[in-house]
Amino acid sequence: MADTLRYRDDEPVDHPAVTVDSFLDQSNATAVRIEPGDDARALVPHLERLALIEVNFPAFGDGRGYSSARILREAGYEGELRAVGDVLVDQLAYMRRCGFDAFEPDKQFDMDDVAAALERWPGVYQQAADDRTPIWSKRHA
Amino acid sequence: MYAYDQYDQAMVDARVEEFRDQARRRLEGKLTEDQFKPLRLMNGLYLQLHAYMLRVAIPYGTLDSRQMHALADIADKYDRGYGHFTTRQNIQYNWIKLEDAADILADLAKVEMHAIQTSGNCIRNISSDHFAGAAADEIVDPRPYAELLRQWSSFHPEFSYLPRKFKIAVIASETDRAAMRLHDIGINIVKNDAGELGAAFYVGGGMGRTPMIAPCINPFVPLDQLVTYAEACLRVYNRYGRRDNKYKARIKILVHELGAEEYTRQVEQEFEHLLDQGVEPPLAELDRIRTFFDDPLFDTRAAYEIDRSDPDFALWVDRNTVPHKADGYVSAVISLKPVGGIPGDATAEQMRLMADLAKDYSFDELRVMHTQNIVLPHVRKADLHALWTALEEAGLGSPNLDTVEDIIACPGLDYCSLANARSIPIAQRISERFAKTGKTGTLGQLKLKISGCINACGHHHAGHIGILGVDRKGVENYQLLLGGSEAEDVSLAKITGPGFDEHGIVDAVETVTTVYENERQDGERFVDTYRRIGMNPFKEALYG
Repeated sequence: MADTLRYRDDEPVDHPAVTVDSFLDQSNATAVRIEPGDDARALVPHLERLALIEVNFPAFGDGRGYSSARILREAGYEGELRAVGDVLVDQLAYMRRCGFDAFEPDKQFDMDDVAAALERWPGVYQQAADDRTPIWSKRHA
Repeated sequence: MYAYDQYDQAMVDARVEEFRDQARRRLEGKLTEDQFKPLRLMNGLYLQLHAYMLRVAIPYGTLDSRQMHALADIADKYDRGYGHFTTRQNIQYNWIKLEDAADILADLAKVEMHAIQTSGNCIRNISSDHFAGAAADEIVDPRPYAELLRQWSSFHPEFSYLPRKFKIAVIASETDRAAMRLHDIGINIVKNDAGELGAAFYVGGGMGRTPMIAPCINPFVPLDQLVTYAEACLRVYNRYGRRDNKYKARIKILVHELGAEEYTRQVEQEFEHLLDQGVEPPLAELDRIRTFFDDPLFDTRAAYEIDRSDPDFALWVDRNTVPHKADGYVSAVISLKPVGGIPGDATAEQMRLMADLAKDYSFDELRVMHTQNIVLPHVRKADLHALWTALEEAGLGSPNLDTVEDIIACPGLDYCSLANARSIPIAQRISERFAKTGKTGTLGQLKLKISGCINACGHHHAGHIGILGVDRKGVENYQLLLGGSEAEDVSLAKITGPGFDEHGIVDAVETVTTVYENERQDGERFVDTYRRIGMNPFKEALYG
C-alpha cells in the first residue's frame, strides 16, 4: 500500500475497503470504497459503523468525488474520508474543504508542495465541510 | 462599482502566487501537460493555433478607467498592441507567452482584476445586462446578485471539476440583453405580487452543437436562498451530468435527458437538504455589495435637447444611444465594428481613449457588451457631441448598433484550433458589402452572428441571420441560418439549405435581406418578417 497522508490522530483501519455493493450486502465491514458513479447517500444509514470511506478518483478531472465527500460530512460522518487514486497536490486544498482528511495518491506528493498548497489561501468564499469561516461571515462578524 | 476589500485582494494575490508556482512546477517537469492544462485553463490560459491566448475576466462586463488603462498596458507590454472583447463580456489577448502569464496576472491584481475561472470545467465569469444600473426598464440593478455569485463561485471547492464548463448570466428586466436563457443558468431578478424581490432560475440553456433554450425551473427563489439554490443546481449537475462524452456533458443535456421536471425535483430535494447546511451568506452581505452599485450623482438639471444640426452626429445619436433611467442622460454605445474591421478588437490606444472618455463623461465607468461593443452607461445628452467628436477622430464612431454591420464573430480559423472555417473575413466582407450598398440603415435591427465551427462561440443559433462555417472536403463552406434570437423573444435559428463558399455566403445574406425588404410590413424587423412568412420565400430566393 502506498503511503497515506493523514490529518487524523486515530489508528488507521487495517483491512481493505470493500465496494459499496458488497458493503450493503454484508454487515461487518468497517471500510468502504466509493467509485465516481456510486451514490454516497446509499451509505448514510450506515455511517455509525464505518471507520473509513475511500473515495476513488480514477482521473483527477472527474469531480464527482468532491460531492460525495461533502454529502457524507453533511450527513454527520466523522470517520476517515480518504481520497485515493489520481489525487494531485493542486486539488488538495479543495479536497480538504470538502471534508477529506486522508490522501492516498497514486504518485507520492512532494511534502513542500503539500505545505504550500494547504497554507496558500488566506480566506474562503464558501461554507463547506471544513471548519474555515467564510469571508462573508468575517465581514459581518 | 464594486471595490475589493482586504479579503478579496488577498484571494486574488494568492491566486497569482499559486499560478506562478504551478507554472514553475510545469517548467521543472513536476506537472505533466495533462495535469497542468486544467490549472492554466482555470487561469484563462488557452493554447491556440499560433500562441497562448489569455482571457481576462471582466465581472458582469463592468470596469472603470483605471482598469481599462491596465488592459491597454497589457496589450502593449505583453501582446501586439490590441485585445479582443468577447461575447461573455471579457477580453482576450491572442499572442501571450506562457512565461509572461504570471506577471500579467500580477499586473491585473494591482487593479482588482484577474483571469480566475475564465476557462476550464468550472463556473465561469458571471455575465449580466450591459445597461445594468442605467436601463430605464430594469427592476433593480442585477450586478449585486452577480457579484454575490462571483464570490460564491470563485475557488468553489466542490464545483471546480465539473463535467464541463458552466456559465451563469443574471438580468433584472423583461428585456433580455444578456442571452440569459442560452446560459447553463440564467437568473432573472423579479418582483412578486407582494413586491418582494426574488430570482427566477432558468437552467439548461446553451448554444454549442446542441442548442437549447433553458426552461424555468423555479419562478421565484427568495433572495436569502439564492446561493443555496444555485448550489443545489450545481450539485445535481456535478453528480449526474454526463462525463462519458465531452459533447454531451453540458447541463443542458442532463436537463434534457432527465426532463426539466425530474431535474427540478432533484434540485428541490437537494435544496431542502442544503438549507440546513449554512451555505447562504447573510442578507447583510448582499446589502454590503449593493452599496457599491448605488446610482452616481446624476445632474438633475442636465439639458434634454440635443443639437442635431450635424447629420452624422444625429445618425450616431439615433443608432448608438439608448434611453436612460435618469432624465437628461443616455447610455452611449461605442461600436467596435468599423466597416471592414475585426468585430470586438480594440487597440491599446483606443482602450485608453475609451477609458479617458469614461472618466470625462460617464462617471468613470465602462461596460463590455456581449455583442462585443463598449458602453459608456451614463452620459449627459449635453456631452454627446463632444464624446462623438472624440470617438470619430479615433475611428470609434461607427453608427451601427444592432444593424447588419454589428456582427458577432468568433475568432475562427484565424486563431482558434477548434475552428473549421474563418469567421473574421466573412464579417469583414459582409459589413463592407452593406456599407457600400447603403442598406445598413434601411434594414433596421438585424442581428448577424458568425461561428467558425459547431461549437457556436459566435452565437449563430441566436442570430436573426446566423452563419456557420464548416469544413467540406477541405474547403471552407458556410451554412446560412435564419430566425434566431438571444433576447426575450428567444428562438433558435433554422438552416436554410446547402451551404455557400466564402463569396456566395455574402451574396446569400444580401439575398435574404432583399426578401425581407420586399415582404416586410410596417415596423417589422427582419426576424418578425421571417416569423410571419416562414422559411420558404427565403429558400426560393436563395436556391430558386
